[in-house]
Amino acid sequence: MATTSIYGENPLSEDVHTHTISVLVDNEPGVLARVIGLFSGRGYNIESLTVAETRHRQGLSRITIVTSGTAMIIEQIKAQLGRLVPIHSVSDLTIEGPCVERELALVKVDGVGDKRVEALRIADIFRARPVDATTESFVFEIVGDTEKLDAFVELMKPLGLVDLSRTGVVAIARGPEGMSGQD
Amino acid sequence: MANVEMTGSEIVIKALQDQGVEVVFGYPGGAVLPIYDEIFKQNKLRHVLVRQEGGAVHAAEGYARSTGKVGCVLVTSGPGATNAVTGLLDAMLDSVPLVCLCGQVPTHLIGNDAFQEADTTGITRPCTKHNYLVKSVEDLPRIMHEAFYVASAGRPGPVVIDLPKDVLMDLGKYMPPTKVKHKSYNPTIKGDTAAIKEAVALMAKAKKPIIYAGGGVVNSGSGASQLLKQFTQLTGFPITLTLMGLGAYPGSDKQFLGMLGMHGTYEANMAMHDCDVMVCIGARFDDRITGRLDAFSPNSKKIHIDIDPSSINKSVAVDIPIIGDVAHVMEDMIKIWRTSQSKINQKALKSWWKQIEDWRAKDCLAYLKDDKIIKPQLVIQRLYELTKDRKDVFITTEVGQHQMWAAQHFKFEKPKHWMTSGGLGTMGYGLPAALGVQMAHPDALVIDIAGEASILMNIQEMATISQYKLPVKVLILNNQYMGMVRQWQELLHGSRYSESYMEALPDFVKLAESFGGVGLRATKPEELDDVLMQMIETDNSVICEVAVAPEENCFPMIPSGAAHNEMIFGAEVDTENAIGEDGMVLV
Ligand SMILES: Cc1ncc(C[n+]2csc(CCOP(=O)(O)OP(=O)(O)O)c2C)c(N)n1
Ligand SMILES: [Mg+2]
Repeated sequence: MATTSIYGENPLSEDVHTHTISVLVDNEPGVLARVIGLFSGRGYNIESLTVAETRHRQGLSRITIVTSGTAMIIEQIKAQLGRLVPIHSVSDLTIEGPCVERELALVKVDGVGDKRVEALRIADIFRARPVDATTESFVFEIVGDTEKLDAFVELMKPLGLVDLSRTGVVAIARGPEGMSGQD
Repeated sequence: MANVEMTGSEIVIKALQDQGVEVVFGYPGGAVLPIYDEIFKQNKLRHVLVRQEGGAVHAAEGYARSTGKVGCVLVTSGPGATNAVTGLLDAMLDSVPLVCLCGQVPTHLIGNDAFQEADTTGITRPCTKHNYLVKSVEDLPRIMHEAFYVASAGRPGPVVIDLPKDVLMDLGKYMPPTKVKHKSYNPTIKGDTAAIKEAVALMAKAKKPIIYAGGGVVNSGSGASQLLKQFTQLTGFPITLTLMGLGAYPGSDKQFLGMLGMHGTYEANMAMHDCDVMVCIGARFDDRITGRLDAFSPNSKKIHIDIDPSSINKSVAVDIPIIGDVAHVMEDMIKIWRTSQSKINQKALKSWWKQIEDWRAKDCLAYLKDDKIIKPQLVIQRLYELTKDRKDVFITTEVGQHQMWAAQHFKFEKPKHWMTSGGLGTMGYGLPAALGVQMAHPDALVIDIAGEASILMNIQEMATISQYKLPVKVLILNNQYMGMVRQWQELLHGSRYSESYMEALPDFVKLAESFGGVGLRATKPEELDDVLMQMIETDNSVICEVAVAPEENCFPMIPSGAAHNEMIFGAEVDTENAIGEDGMVLV
């Protein structure tokens, strides 16, 4: 049975793309719930979300959301975010020009002997720093874009990966301009 | 004055007064007693005691929609707040400006599962435009004023202020409203001139244009309706209105094609389907309007004027979006139309009108007359005829077939005279909404067109109506069924009328009398006019029950999952096979 819903269907069903969106918000209770509720309530994807206060004096936080959808859905996401009262500005870094995206991961690997040596060697290639060590384990700190972190984690799996913690993506536009809505 | 310390409750009342609030609809309880104490001590602000908080919100909606002002609600914590939720979502979907004050347990008890505690800001987050939890009396004046700004700025909507009891009793300083620009919420009011020029050029070239306008025109103020009328008459374009937009353009004008959508007219829906330029003004391509999306107006260029950027390109991709307030954009559009001396292709427009007249000739709202049993459509037609020369007539409705018949057969000449629950479709809306309308317009004729099922959802508000001596009229089309449900069961579920028959109905005449009102009843066509006149002329609240044909269906109809040019009609339906399997999953 063809169960097409008139609700979900995108008439111009196009390719799905990943976008990194930066949102400047009042750092007040409930604001993160508003953003997350909007995504879950309307069925949008969140691939990664980070938040921290960036402008203490003005009480502003910056939220970085990595999401995916068709062009129409991405446009909806931005418009829906834009109409939340405590949101000062919304920037789509993916389309507004080149940007830098970084993520930090803490990667715990245990092992002895050859495996331990190999883990250290690969960490060196990836410029991952050991930030904790015992005789049978390391915690590496690695910074980079999502693909680099993914690749490192893949390589650590056979070498004794036991735990992983990632920050999610933070991003900023290249060039001299700051994000609008900061003052 | 500014330096005098006041209690939180005093600040609340002062802020309401400074915001020009005249009436608050509410219901007391422990958490809001300090506010009720302040209400007792003053006599500027009127409090209307409803009989259930849900009624308070709908009453405030009726008040707001018939006046253009922000409606105000006051409820207690816990159950008071949760009872208000349906009304809040109703106001959210229909863009009604409300400020709802909710009591809350004292701040030190929040999170403790305290008595009558509810996570009100959590619960109402997705059903309000914005909400606030006031943590300190210092923030209270700012939040009170900001709430009124947010409720009415841009696309209007409901705002909740959650007020912990200790904040209401703490001392703080009051601040009057300011004109300072809001730090983050500043909707675009003026439309982009380049886009308006582009739109004008497109319209001037149109051969088969249509204007499709909605509730945004009503919300933009009476000026917007005037401008819409001016523009429509300037261009000679046909116009159709959504359920929410009825009254934004005179219902009896010949350029008006009637309502569009699921139960809209054949001519409106066909014109939407076949047009080459669609001008959507303050409407949002709701699924009740578009029918099957991939078959929606396939060959048209679309212009969309809306104050809410998130309404644009949500479900239908448009060619020229114009973000701004309808009145502002229409004003610029008319100017640009005039200065550019835009000329329409009159010949093409004439043959387009000819085509439309052919569709009109189908007389899609016709129904089989009956001289033994009252047809529901006839009741609305007679009500319209008997009231159309009166100055101020306001119609509210409940939800169901009667609502659609009212929308189809009553002609609204002015905006803000038609209040119905469109987006949420809330049964029980009409009676409290009528109460709110009557509070704002004491001398007007206010009629709730109701179904016998819906009316029971908020029947307790008859007591409020009685207490404040409001001459609200309730006109019940009693078909003994949840008619709209029965109709769908007939069309989709082999006429298995599961739980849609209304048994054990009260005696509505006695019910009216028990609330101190007048009860009337008509059961035969020849009684109808007299009974309706009696209702209209009674200077008291009335419940007027009209026994109508039980199994009458509301047509025409775009079955779910169908396109605009696939309407079904009254006389010729094979109801058994009207809706295919695809349509069945849809609501
Ligand atoms: C609160 C609520 N519950 C259920 C529904 C689903 N519903 C839509 S119309 C309807 C029947 C309404 O019956 P009645 O008031 O008698 O109106 P009629 O269709 O018979 O004119 C129902 C149950 C609704 N819209 N709202
Ligand atoms: Mg009924």
